[in-house]
Amino acid sequence: MTFHLFVPIVSPLIGAALAVLLHHQWVVVRAITLISVLINLGYGLWLMSVVPQSGPLVAQASGWLAPFGISLVADSMSALMVMLAALLMLTTVVYSFYSIDRERETHFYYPLLLLLLLGVSGAFLTGDLFNLYVWFEVLLVASFGLITLGGSRDQLEGGLKYVVLNLLGSTAFLFGCGLMYGFAGTLNMAHIAERMATLANPGLQTVLAGVFLFAFGSKAAIVPLFFWLPSSYHTPPVAVTAIFSGLMTKVGVYSLYRVFGLLLQNELAIYAPWITLIAGLTMVIGVLGAVAQMNVRRILSFHIISQIGYSVMGLGLASAAGLAAGLVFTAHVMIVKMALFFIGGAAEQINGTGDLKKMGGLARREPLLALFWFLGILSLAGIPPLSGFIGKLILLQVGVSQQAYLITAVAAGTSILTFFSMLKIWNEVFWKKSYEDVNRLPRVRFGLLAPGAALVILSVALGLVAGPFVEYNTIAGQQLFDRAAYIATVCGADGCEAVYRASVK
Amino acid sequence: MIILLAIAIGSLFGGATYLILRRSVVKLILGLIMLSHGVNLLIFTMGDGVRRGAPPLVDATGQPPAGSADPLVQALILTAIVISFGFTAFVLALAYRSNQAAGSDDLDDLSTTDRL
Repeated sequence: MTFHLFVPIVSPLIGAALAVLLHHQWVVVRAITLISVLINLGYGLWLMSVVPQSGPLVAQASGWLAPFGISLVADSMSALMVMLAALLMLTTVVYSFYSIDRERETHFYYPLLLLLLLGVSGAFLTGDLFNLYVWFEVLLVASFGLITLGGSRDQLEGGLKYVVLNLLGSTAFLFGCGLMYGFAGTLNMAHIAERMATLANPGLQTVLAGVFLFAFGSKAAIVPLFFWLPSSYHTPPVAVTAIFSGLMTKVGVYSLYRVFGLLLQNELAIYAPWITLIAGLTMVIGVLGAVAQMNVRRILSFHIISQIGYSVMGLGLASAAGLAAGLVFTAHVMIVKMALFFIGGAAEQINGTGDLKKMGGLARREPLLALFWFLGILSLAGIPPLSGFIGKLILLQVGVSQQAYLITAVAAGTSILTFFSMLKIWNEVFWKKSYEDVNRLPRVRFGLLAPGAALVILSVALGLVAGPFVEYNTIAGQQLFDRAAYIATVCGADGCEAVYRASVK
Repeated sequence: MIILLAIAIGSLFGGATYLILRRSVVKLILGLIMLSHGVNLLIFTMGDGVRRGAPPLVDATGQPPAGSADPLVQALILTAIVISFGFTAFVLALAYRSNQAAGSDDLDDLSTTDRL
């Protein structure tokens, strides 16, 4: 048994509990938060080094056998996501040390961050459909707290939209869980996958795939289910927006990959053209929304939507290579997007506003900030040798090799628009002459610059040593598509049905 | 029984859709509550034992006695009910605070975060 799989869930849980108990001593709370996140990061890195060789790992809660108990399963995709979640949370925590007011700090800001990490890690590791729903709710309730903590009018308004539309998405997911249980008679993902392959009535499977596409699509903010995102993401403090951009929508993408890659593999072929269409629309509409905006964080929020289009395109290509390419891109965009939010947030804090028209002149005042922003947008647009180039190149290669020329062309064209709307921020915030005396603006603090800079440097590093990274994701894509290995890991070589039969006469 | 439940689920879903599409925040929340009840009932019908008086039990050998209901759906619904209760309380508090801050419960007035 590999009970160490519970580490990334237990460590933030204990951390959050301690942080709540000691919430008056903010120094202690910061230390606890940092330690919990570092434990998760270390564990995630270790998992990433083990899983590609050994195949998926499984832990059965309380030792109950697989189709009956609750399984935690870590394949290469889970390991990568657990590591990334901890890494991104680490940068957010450091950024929060320098940017979050004491009022929020003593009102359970750090415990909420840890609970968010708990929910996200749980969602990445669970091998049970209903538990995926529960983890979704755990991370949602933490995010509800984070988005409304502070209680300004904008936050409450944006929070209301965020909360209601996310609850609708969750209810749709629960609806799908119910139908799935009625249809397959089980909720263990490996067992469902096994039964799906043999069950008759493909019509109902198609309906189920549609329900899950809606539920996870609304979490991932695909067209036309994205409207909650740009109306809420820019209202909380920058650190919160950044971690949301890195994690929340990507949990939706992860679930789409998992459900379509493992449970509904047969339906993926039917849905692929529609998913591809949605991906193309998401890219284009997201980036057009960004072009229209004149506020740093709103532009970045619309870009989240546009980038989700690329991740979903990987799913729409409906092959192990496509999923691997989508994973490479998703990992890259999680890193770079958060870097841009951090740097944009630092610029916003120096100027005291996020309105492009009122900002300016920062390139001379803060050359380092400007440098990292420029590297960040080059990476997002996909210029070699940064990680964005690798992510997009592989997606386009797979697209061309599968004769999906239209979506490939749309993806390439969207890159140019992305670069254009990012250049708008560059021009207005960094390049343009400021109407005010730039020298009077405060200098950026090291703690606000460092997290974004570190993520940009990581993006450069990922571009330079792309070989092992892509190789890892290729393995992840194959493991994701390999139903037989997943089932054998969770339920043993004979499969879940055999265990089930042996227990139920 | 199953037909009655089907009609009840359909009514709850229809009513919820109508309420969610209204402009008032309070009606929106009532719609969400109805929707979660509809889904809970749907899960209930998905068990194989929607029968009156059938207890969710196992006998001494660990096997379900003949004529027993599916215990799993009831466990699932219990979890879902707890979660939706918690969220309902949260949304109500949030709606109250946003009503205080914005001075309106009309969703058309709550559009400041969407303006360019």
